[in-house]
Amino acid sequence: MPVDVEARVISNTRLSPDYNVIALAAPEIADAAAPGQFVMVKPGRGGDPLLRRPFSVFEVLRVNGRVEGLTLLSKRIGITTSMLFDAVEGDTVSCLGPLGKPFELVDPPAQAWMVAGGVGLAPFATLGEALAARGTPTTLFYGARSGKELFYLDWFASRGITLKLATEDGTHGDRGRITVPLERELQQAGSADVTVYACGPEPMLEAVAHLAERHGRPSQVSVERVMGCGMGGCYSCVIPVKDAGGGQHYVRSCIGGPVFKGAELVWD
Amino acid sequence: MDLSVAIGSLRLRNPLMAASGCFGYGVEYADAVDLASIGAVVSKGLFVKERSGHPPQRIVETPSGMLNAIGLQGIGVHRYIKEKLPELRRLGATNVINICGSTLDEYVELARILSDAEGVHALELNISCPNIKEGGITFGCSLHGTFDVVAAVKKVTHLPVIPKLTPNVTDVASIAKAAEEAGADAVSLVNTFLAMAIDVETRRPKLSNIVGGLSGPAIRPIAVRMVYECRRAVKIPIIGMGGIATATDALEFIIAGATAVQVGTANFVDPFIWSKLLDGMGDYLRRHGVARVADLVGSIDTSTRDKQWISS
Repeated sequence: MPVDVEARVISNTRLSPDYNVIALAAPEIADAAAPGQFVMVKPGRGGDPLLRRPFSVFEVLRVNGRVEGLTLLSKRIGITTSMLFDAVEGDTVSCLGPLGKPFELVDPPAQAWMVAGGVGLAPFATLGEALAARGTPTTLFYGARSGKELFYLDWFASRGITLKLATEDGTHGDRGRITVPLERELQQAGSADVTVYACGPEPMLEAVAHLAERHGRPSQVSVERVMGCGMGGCYSCVIPVKDAGGGQHYVRSCIGGPVFKGAELVWD
Repeated sequence: MDLSVAIGSLRLRNPLMAASGCFGYGVEYADAVDLASIGAVVSKGLFVKERSGHPPQRIVETPSGMLNAIGLQGIGVHRYIKEKLPELRRLGATNVINICGSTLDEYVELARILSDAEGVHALELNISCPNIKEGGITFGCSLHGTFDVVAAVKKVTHLPVIPKLTPNVTDVASIAKAAEEAGADAVSLVNTFLAMAIDVETRRPKLSNIVGGLSGPAIRPIAVRMVYECRRAVKIPIIGMGGIATATDALEFIIAGATAVQVGTANFVDPFIWSKLLDGMGDYLRRHGVARVADLVGSIDTSTRDKQWISS
């Protein structure tokens, strides 16, 4: 059951001129959230912005083993993300969650390959931790426009997660999109049991889902659609899903997702 | 303190209703909200058959409001009765079913089907959706169309019939009057205002449907005015809506003449809004020494007043 918390801003760390990680004192939500779930966030009380915006839970914050809150990884694009970028310690942010269907985890000897594009890194901190705790060999494929926009590399490495990087300007890792190293590794994967997880821009998700399918590997993708309520009330965040009969129907990504099997989505 | 109100033969435990299209089928919110604590749950609009709705993008935020063009995606009346209604009955919800037709016959068919279903308490006729071409709003935009669909549905059902009116007309009060003459038990208003938003960088409409319906606090003063005009034109109860987000907003509609109110967009922002609205209305009644919320309906005072010295 989701709860709504007027969460105090514990800290706000700017990672770049666009990206920030904001820590919110919402332990009830952080404690209940499973990897891949999201929160609906509203900074400020006014009518602009009016609606909440969805964010993946990035990290679960623990102090001496006790859950203190959660963080959100945000990229400044619109009103809400600008407010989150500018927020200071002691501000409050309304935070509703946890919401949505989480990732399904895999156990060793199966491997988990997490594929992140830009701010799509967000769900993979909690997923990576959960997989590491099960001993599942985990790799993070992480792509961005430039090396300056690759964040938390040490964080993932220190948890035993293998990194494969790509940047569009070639400043770090492979030059080009993250599908470059992903395709190379899939070609070399032999008979390894691999599940691909992906989050990022939809064209990337489509490419990753197709690559996984072509190489006979299952994929789980976390989509982001324009969302009104996060609770299944408004029917705005729909995504087309394949029918058994060969047709398609719209599924609300807030309650039917945000995680879908890559093979079940119709890319529109 | 009595918060109950009557909409024709339908008794509501309080005047708050979840607006159609803003609360799914109700069951989506059952984890967060005690559905029996809300005056009524109005279902998402139902046709006889399933509908896929419009392609995304379906909503866009605008100042203090939002545009939507969902296109009445829905599971159809038969699946609703089979899959949703039993759960809603079990949860003790008061169910108002919003019905949509492409033809007059489809409204009649829906009314017949739902009149036989257990746990249906009233019918809201959607003759005002601005987002679909066929039917619906073509009835709601004319006096004859409104009269005909209400009269036809009244003939085949014992349930209270509540046409939901569009604000996209010159004179909504005359439409309310036509509904009353046709035998409507109440009217609900307003549906959304036809509107649009354009991305100037790409010069493309922000909604796939190009135009959509505006809701939220931005429309509230217009909706209050329309409720007030209808109150003076008809005797049947009015269910008011349009941007209600606080108890004060709800009371504004009630004082303007609404017997009950619906909450839509604000539920998207705060799914726990219902108890806050009820608490706020209760506080108001206590503060003003009013025993029954029904006593506030249409209690607006427009008389000229002498200047008063108000100590603060």
